[in-house]
Amino acid sequence: MPLVSVEGLSIRYGANTVLLHVDMVIEPGEIVTIVGPNGSGKTSLLRAVIGATKPVAGRVVQKPGLKIGYVPQKLHIDPTLPITVERFMRLTNQVSRQRCVDALDSAGVPDLLKRQMSQLSGGQFQRVLLARALINQPDILLLDEATQGLDQRGSAAFYQQIETVRRETGCAILMISHELHVVMSASDRVICLNGHVCCEGSPAVVASAPEYRALFGTGTGGALALYQHHHDHHHDHGENPKEAAE
Amino acid sequence: MLDDFMTRATLAGVGVAFAAAPLGCFVVWRRMAYFGDATAHAAILGVALSLTFQMSIFTGALAVALIMALTVTLLTGRGYAMDTLLGVLAHSALAFGLVAVSFLSGVRIDLMAYLFGDILAVSRADLAVIWGGASLVVALIAWRWSQLLTATLNEELAYASGFDPRREQLVLTLSLAVTVAVAIKVVGVLLIAAMLIIPAAAARSLARSPESMALIAAAIGAFSAVAGLRSAYVFDTPAGPSIVCVAAILFACFSLIGWQTRRGP
Repeated sequence: MPLVSVEGLSIRYGANTVLLHVDMVIEPGEIVTIVGPNGSGKTSLLRAVIGATKPVAGRVVQKPGLKIGYVPQKLHIDPTLPITVERFMRLTNQVSRQRCVDALDSAGVPDLLKRQMSQLSGGQFQRVLLARALINQPDILLLDEATQGLDQRGSAAFYQQIETVRRETGCAILMISHELHVVMSASDRVICLNGHVCCEGSPAVVASAPEYRALFGTGTGGALALYQHHHDHHHDHGENPKEAAE
Repeated sequence: MLDDFMTRATLAGVGVAFAAAPLGCFVVWRRMAYFGDATAHAAILGVALSLTFQMSIFTGALAVALIMALTVTLLTGRGYAMDTLLGVLAHSALAFGLVAVSFLSGVRIDLMAYLFGDILAVSRADLAVIWGGASLVVALIAWRWSQLLTATLNEELAYASGFDPRREQLVLTLSLAVTVAVAIKVVGVLLIAAMLIIPAAAARSLARSPESMALIAAAIGAFSAVAGLRSAYVFDTPAGPSIVCVAAILFACFSLIGWQTRRGP
């Protein structure tokens, strides 16, 4: 039985239809990436998987007893809220301190246990989020543009970490990413979304699909075309064509 | 012991401080300060209604505070920004409340008592209501503590952990209405938000964890109640505002200390 299956899912906000008849199945142990321009419904799809957005049609079926690890796009902790890394990791997970130490070690950020969350750097913060998501040994890990705000090297290391997690724990991974070069090398399957599923399949198949090219352009231009879609937020990489073409 | 009005007033003040502390922390963390204000202002309409229909003030204030809080929760994100919506609803409710009170001919009521509290007139029955309400709020927040914190940090994190953050929001809304209703007698509708926010904000610079912030806020609130009442007695000043003044002075002191420590020796 698949971990998650999405059947004929439609989501509407007011008069605005964000997703129409989306089907998606996530099997144990696979790495699936959702790509698509801004406003294509990527985050809505992820929210529907965790039950945060109610569909107007279709349904999301989770395998009974499914354990989800979730890494949000951006987690803002109000500076008035004092909380240590340890307290944050154990907030909804009944786990021992040792498990926290181990989880932080394997996420590559040891010795942070007693630090205040507000004092972490962007990279440390994302890794703590990842460690927290993994601490309960989830069956599936959901990442919503989890490398936003990390530099090129930081995000490469982050994705390497995720591959390691999959190899060691067999956890399935469903992620949204804007970084096409990473997606293409790290995913088993890519779903190209633009209000509906444009095309899906192995990275090679999707990269050569006409629907994908219509959205993202061809060749090295693919990554560039994608970046042109987001003018609504700042990103500190990708503007340099040499980097984006990697 | 309860025969002494000062003892009853002190107990009332401490009771409200205990309920306001953990709730006030969430109000600060979630940036709901204005929301607390709006709910409190609306309660004056509840006071007018209870006088009209001869119900207990507590019931009327609770009902209107609850309706107000739920309305705001429902309307949020539908066209108007939260602060605009709150500004409209809070001040309309306050204005309608004040107008409604003026229609109550034949009943001689002291409006000041509801706007600024009348803590020295707290009866044994009031004490029971205050401590009952405060215990309910503290129990509710303690029971949902981890979930409330998670939902405050990030709502998707809450969904992924298998619970609905909107339900946690409801817990806070409910607690807020109860706190407002029990605090009317103590500090009055205009200063309830101060009892929520100032002790919590003062506790921030001393706290290292969410739990310690709530506990320190409770201590600051309780101390403010005791010291405020004492100085009101000594200097013959209004009791409710005196309590808030002590809290505000503590806030200033702790903030300065926190600022100094952060800057290093």
